[in-house]
Amino acid sequence: MGVMTPDLSVAIGSLTLPNPLIAASGCFGYGLEYDQVVDLSLLGGVVSKGLFMKERQGHPPPRIVETPAGMINAIGLQGIGVHRFVKEKLPLLRERGARTFVNVCGTTLDEYVEVCKVLSQAEGVAAIELNISCPNIKEGGIQFGCSLHGTFDVVSAVRKATTLPVIPKLTPNVTDVASFAKAAEDAGADAVSLVNTFLAMAIDVETRRPRISNVLGGLSGPAIRPIAVRMVWECYQLVKIPVIGMGGITDARDVLEFMLAGATAVQIGTQNFVDPFIWTKVLDGLSEYMTRHRLASVSDLIGAFDPTPPKAGHA
Amino acid sequence: MPPIDIDATVIANARLSSEYSVLSLAAPEVGVRTQPGQFVMVKPAGVSDPLLRRPFSVFEILRDNKGAVIGVSILNKRAGRSTRRLYDLAVGDVVSCLGPLGQPFKPVASPAKAWLVAGGVGLAPFATLAETLALHKTDTTLFYGARTGEELFYLDFFEALGVSLVLATENGARGTKGRVTAPLEASLQALGAGDRAMVYACGPEPMLKAVAELAARYQQPSQVSVERVMGCGLGGCYSCVVPVKHGDEHANLVRSCISGPVFDGAELVWE
Repeated sequence: MGVMTPDLSVAIGSLTLPNPLIAASGCFGYGLEYDQVVDLSLLGGVVSKGLFMKERQGHPPPRIVETPAGMINAIGLQGIGVHRFVKEKLPLLRERGARTFVNVCGTTLDEYVEVCKVLSQAEGVAAIELNISCPNIKEGGIQFGCSLHGTFDVVSAVRKATTLPVIPKLTPNVTDVASFAKAAEDAGADAVSLVNTFLAMAIDVETRRPRISNVLGGLSGPAIRPIAVRMVWECYQLVKIPVIGMGGITDARDVLEFMLAGATAVQIGTQNFVDPFIWTKVLDGLSEYMTRHRLASVSDLIGAFDPTPPKAGHA
Repeated sequence: MPPIDIDATVIANARLSSEYSVLSLAAPEVGVRTQPGQFVMVKPAGVSDPLLRRPFSVFEILRDNKGAVIGVSILNKRAGRSTRRLYDLAVGDVVSCLGPLGQPFKPVASPAKAWLVAGGVGLAPFATLAETLALHKTDTTLFYGARTGEELFYLDFFEALGVSLVLATENGARGTKGRVTAPLEASLQALGAGDRAMVYACGPEPMLKAVAELAARYQQPSQVSVERVMGCGLGGCYSCVVPVKHGDEHANLVRSCISGPVFDGAELVWE
């Protein structure tokens, strides 16, 4: 045998991804914006911006503010609506060999179902990520995502409406996120993704006014990573379906941390703004780690976290 | 050409005042691709604080004494934590520089005149534009407003290109006292029938609004470069939107990073 090429592929239900790196919703446009800097087929997957049935304008600017090791955003789910997405974006994503996850939003349970039905009839959708966790708009699904019954009901309804893999995206703004992962699993979800952003705010002390127009927004970036890792681990211990982890990933080591905590795949969001060329760097970093640790398959790392306390004095 | 990302070494960081500096970066690949009005996203390399890059118009395209492009410079004004970090950088420090990005200015040629209207740090995109206009032999005037006479920079640079200068300062120390829009309006009034001036503007938003409205009032076209809080520069985050006219009543929020930063002044909806 020659030099072993590490196997980076992972399985999310019936879906096999060539590697565990997925571009997070809201951080990658519709994918095509990044066509000029990254080969979209190299990514494990691309999650679209959140889509409702109809177009949405979103919140007035300013929509983001930088905070220590992170940023707060309240974009307000500006989007082109599912019909224009299917017509204008999906064919181009298919052409480029992208595995397209569509982030589905709804103001009502019926809207989630209707958007999913549209996507089920379209060609080139790999999976549905159910957005029940956007903290920034009043009727953006958070009413489902913050209630165990609401989570169960919306996942059940969508489950009946499509054969595509259904992946609810969970909010961290609850007391026990794992119970929401369990509700999603019980309702027939194929996987869960977490975390969405942490509800946050920032004040301009000179003017005493909010730093973003919506006052409240969602905190993302490295600042939230340790909390997200903890939540992924909690969910991994409670559910059998795959967990897709995200929150402040900046490099291969961060990806490995999420996978060891139980993530089958990960999403990269905010760091993509900092470094749009991150994808090949992280893939190289994963391969390097696997070669160094003599690992054949990246899947072997999922949940391989050893909770034995570290020795005192170890750096 | 697609943008590229370079870890660019700081060649010089010339402090023009206690607030302004010109940061010169060894980024020839960015320089050769840049058109006037385009921008770069920069941050000190290898640090997570600040986390996000900040957008800057390319100020100068730097050349060696044989004329070969060796990099770009940006005009930096200390305003927040990120710009303070950039102001403090020393020669040899490294900056992540992604670009060039965005839609450039469209140059005009004779018989049209080019009027560049700059407010403060809004001078930034006009050095490269003036060079391009000089190549086109376009009759070019820079209307340049600042708070004080000491904050009127690079006047020699523009004069050497044959650009006429019309200056304004808030304290009246140099040029007209008050806003630069006053001498602009006087010049618009003085235009003969059939004369055409393309009005380019970059500066604070109230100035952009005033310039676009003045140009429209005197039936002259305008191109304005807007500045919005920007996350990525590539169209990914939807932070930097501006309202653009769409039909009679509606405005669309479009991303200034990819549809701009340069817009037709008549196309924008001003608040």
